Amino acid sequence: MTQDSIVRRITDFASRADPYPVYRELRGTPVLHEEEGGPYVISSYWDIEALLHDPRISSDAANLAAAGDDVLLQSEETGGLPPSFLRLDPPEHDRLRRMANSAFGPPHRPRRIDGMRGELREIVTGLIDGFGDARGIDLVDQFAYPFPVTVICRLLGVPREDEPRFRAWVDPLVASLDPGTRQGADEEFARTAREARMQLGMYLAGLAEERAKEPRDDLLSDLVNSRGPDGAMTMMEVLSTSVLLLIAGHETTVNLITNGMLTLLRHPDVLERLRHEPELAPRLVEELLRYEPPVQLVPQRTCITDIEVRGVTIPKGSRIWLVLAAGNRDPERFKDPERFDPDREDIQHLGFGSGIHICFGAPLARLETQIALTELARRLENPRLVQDPPPYRENAVLRGPRHLEITFDGVRP
Amino acid sequence: MAVEDMDRLRRTGRIAIVGASLAGLRAAETLRAEGFAGELTLIGDEPYEPYDRPPLSKAVLLGRADPHRTELPRRRDIDAKWRLGTAATGLDLTAGRVRLSDGDEVEYDRLLIATGVRARPWPKESEARLDGVFLLRTRDDAAGLHQRLRAGPRRVFVIGAGFAGCEVASACREQGIEVTVAERAGAPLVGALGGVVGAVAAELMHEHGVDLRIRVTVTALEGDAAGRVRAVHLSDESVVEADVVVVSLGSQRNTEWLNGSGLGAGPRGIACDAGCRAFDFRGIVTDDVFVAGDVARSPHALFEYQFLSLEHWGNAVAQAETAAHNMICDGTDRRPHLWMPAFWSSQFGVNIKSVGVPPMGEELMITQGSTAERRFVGVYGHKGRVVAAVSFDNTRWLEFYQRAIERGAPFPVEYPTLDRRPENRRPVPADFPDPSLPTHGPMVTLSGYSPADTQLVFHPARH
Ligand SMILES: Cc1cc2nc3c(=O)[nH]c(=O)nc-3n(C[C@H](O)[C@H](O)[C@H](O)COP(=O)(O)OP(=O)(O)OC[C@H]3O[C@@H](n4cnc5c(N)ncnc54)[C@H](O)[C@@H]3O)c2cc1C
Ligand code: HEM
Repeated sequence: MTQDSIVRRITDFASRADPYPVYRELRGTPVLHEEEGGPYVISSYWDIEALLHDPRISSDAANLAAAGDDVLLQSEETGGLPPSFLRLDPPEHDRLRRMANSAFGPPHRPRRIDGMRGELREIVTGLIDGFGDARGIDLVDQFAYPFPVTVICRLLGVPREDEPRFRAWVDPLVASLDPGTRQGADEEFARTAREARMQLGMYLAGLAEERAKEPRDDLLSDLVNSRGPDGAMTMMEVLSTSVLLLIAGHETTVNLITNGMLTLLRHPDVLERLRHEPELAPRLVEELLRYEPPVQLVPQRTCITDIEVRGVTIPKGSRIWLVLAAGNRDPERFKDPERFDPDREDIQHLGFGSGIHICFGAPLARLETQIALTELARRLENPRLVQDPPPYRENAVLRGPRHLEITFDGVRP
Repeated sequence: MAVEDMDRLRRTGRIAIVGASLAGLRAAETLRAEGFAGELTLIGDEPYEPYDRPPLSKAVLLGRADPHRTELPRRRDIDAKWRLGTAATGLDLTAGRVRLSDGDEVEYDRLLIATGVRARPWPKESEARLDGVFLLRTRDDAAGLHQRLRAGPRRVFVIGAGFAGCEVASACREQGIEVTVAERAGAPLVGALGGVVGAVAAELMHEHGVDLRIRVTVTALEGDAAGRVRAVHLSDESVVEADVVVVSLGSQRNTEWLNGSGLGAGPRGIACDAGCRAFDFRGIVTDDVFVAGDVARSPHALFEYQFLSLEHWGNAVAQAETAAHNMICDGTDRRPHLWMPAFWSSQFGVNIKSVGVPPMGEELMITQGSTAERRFVGVYGHKGRVVAAVSFDNTRWLEFYQRAIERGAPFPVEYPTLDRRPENRRPVPADFPDPSLPTHGPMVTLSGYSPADTQLVFHPARH
């Protein structure tokens, strides 16, 4: 890869605050392949959409010709657990996703997510109340980060008194998923993460066993006790699914909330509208998922046979990157794509992916972010950005600010 | 038409729509959305505002939706004159007038015909009148049937295993009601999806405790002294006691009111061009009469220009939109109706969806999953091309196959696909019945002649 290769510039930290000019350039070569062994990078909306529904495309790392370490690949070393369904193909993917789904949503658990509305609002209220008399906060550390962890704990069924312990394991684990920190990782850091992973695994295993004996109204109980037409999950499957839910719902939602607040502070008119018009929230969140998607690209795909995209042959086993964030701003698909416009009517974005791996937690992520942004808009008096752009995390895939310092004149009740 | 005339039509013209259901409503909305400011009249013989039919054989029968609460969501205000509860009884093409059952007449500059289809009734009238014998097309049908199901009948008998019949059987079993289904062909859904997929549907039925009788016809419905149905007689001489009978024998097009009008309308529907303009009986296209929805029959470029009749929800919407657009513009601004046929159904806990025109396929290949597991994608081929695909609980792949149909991709599918089973490397005959043998009536009928054919024979309407 040459110094100024586009792929290099995507991963380059210098692009983090504003990767969109690089994506624009990227779309100029819809199937970009810069060097032997490097990824085939797909950036136009319709191509991404097509490949996400293409039965010749696999999510299973075993189908890659060269295992080769990709800087963008999340580590899946979740302590000896089998791959989660995110990294599996049908039929295993479908079976596990179906079983997880029957614990998560309709038709078996139609109210599991919607029924959390009150609880979500309560958690948000608690976090905002916690700002106290401060006139400035770091939105990431004090709000956007703790919120989704608390939610997933409640959802899984981690008892409240265990939440602090649980978070102490989750934090280093999630930090270790960031390829930036992982690369420069000192021994100490890596050890903490490994330790945390093991502790978390053991804790979840213990909890799962309790729930097997004495089921409660929580997701873990449902996973452990699933006895549908697909049979039961093995304990290992329960664990890898729980860890997947934990991680997948984490760095993503924190970034959607943070990117959301950042975008609103850059568009004060929209922020003001949201304050008076909370019903704007659903549409606003969809536009955010298009405009600043927390998952910028899907790096874990390959093809099980040679395929042709726009006249370019992608050989079997190649690594394929689907740059969702570039597709989301494809002028062939969206009018005026660089504009943030919550009134957009045509908003089939790629923020949650598409096809069989389409985000499993989307209903939850939507609800969390709608409530979070509405409440922030309603309660913070005259919020302002301290630093623009804010400092970003290293991660180019799960992209978002590391901190978001904001000041305000007060907190409304 | 001169530019000024089109302008005048858009500002002050008169448009009449006959048939106030899915296609009629969506067309009206499109007309307004595209700036039609003139007079709009919606004529519908049902007394209700436009409502949705697919729930009638699904959620409504399960008691999960109120039959009188399935109104179609409105996309916008249409500011129309509604003539509900009034049938159109005749058409004067020359004068541009629709006659109504109450003696009124409605004049139009443009007419849209969206009168859809009705359920084919049980042919013996006295038997059809027995208490407990139902058709399923309208909300009143569904309300009546739901009430009977709730009362806990001993056995429901469904005549005809097309999509609607299968869905009724599924709703019965889900509520623990005993049900027998009789089908003239060798399996359920054969007309729409062929025998291979039909066999999967048959297994689903067996698994869910449906008493499925194939290769039989119903010869008579027997009533008791009080005029209630009590038993069903079959061609194999067996007799099944049942207190509810659902007649699900396909549909008939609502075109009788056009008899003698000079339009090319008949039992197979109203033929129109790809721009939704109706043909007159001479095969010459009219320029002020348009057709959309279940009643229409139009040529599709992707399928050898065959005239397709599609009784599909999505088709009604798309065709209505195209017709409405073309009604108020000219020449090159007009669009062809090129909708990719797509149909869905849910029964026995399975989501079935198809794209393209399965009955055109001679061969079928299961490219993903397995029919034994009831989760699969099947691809239909015709003359070396992919023409359709069907999925059981695998909807999310269909977009790929839809593109393959659009591209005229080669068949058989030689490349590997995820979850291809070793036993499915080769295509098998799709096993559609001989179209000349009537079954319950497939949801897609082909009545083809391509524009290349030179000899056309017109059969005058005969009902
Ligand atoms: C029980 C059931 C389940 C279905 N499920 C599915 C499904 O799962 N998926 C799917 O794709 N499709 C399904 N369909 C088909 C779908 O509902 C139809 O394709 C759709 O309703 C077609 O709309 P339309 O407006 O063309 O016709 P219709 O809905 O039939 O409307 C025509 C209207 O015109 C009226 N009319 C007729 N003659 C006259 C006249 N002379 N004067 C005035 N008015 C007249 C009729 O009474 C009717 O109101 C289902 C249909 C039924 C009945
Ligand atoms: C704003 C927040 C979120 C975003 C932007 C997001 C985005 C995505 C994307 C793009 C994918 C597709 C990955 C691929 O195709 O390989 C995905 C998959 C997934 N997401 Fe999310 N996600 C979010 C929140 C959540 C939450 C809250 C949960 C869990 C509760 C969750 C659970 C999952 C799971 C389990 C998968 C794998 C699905 C599969 O492989 O079938 N996500 N997500």
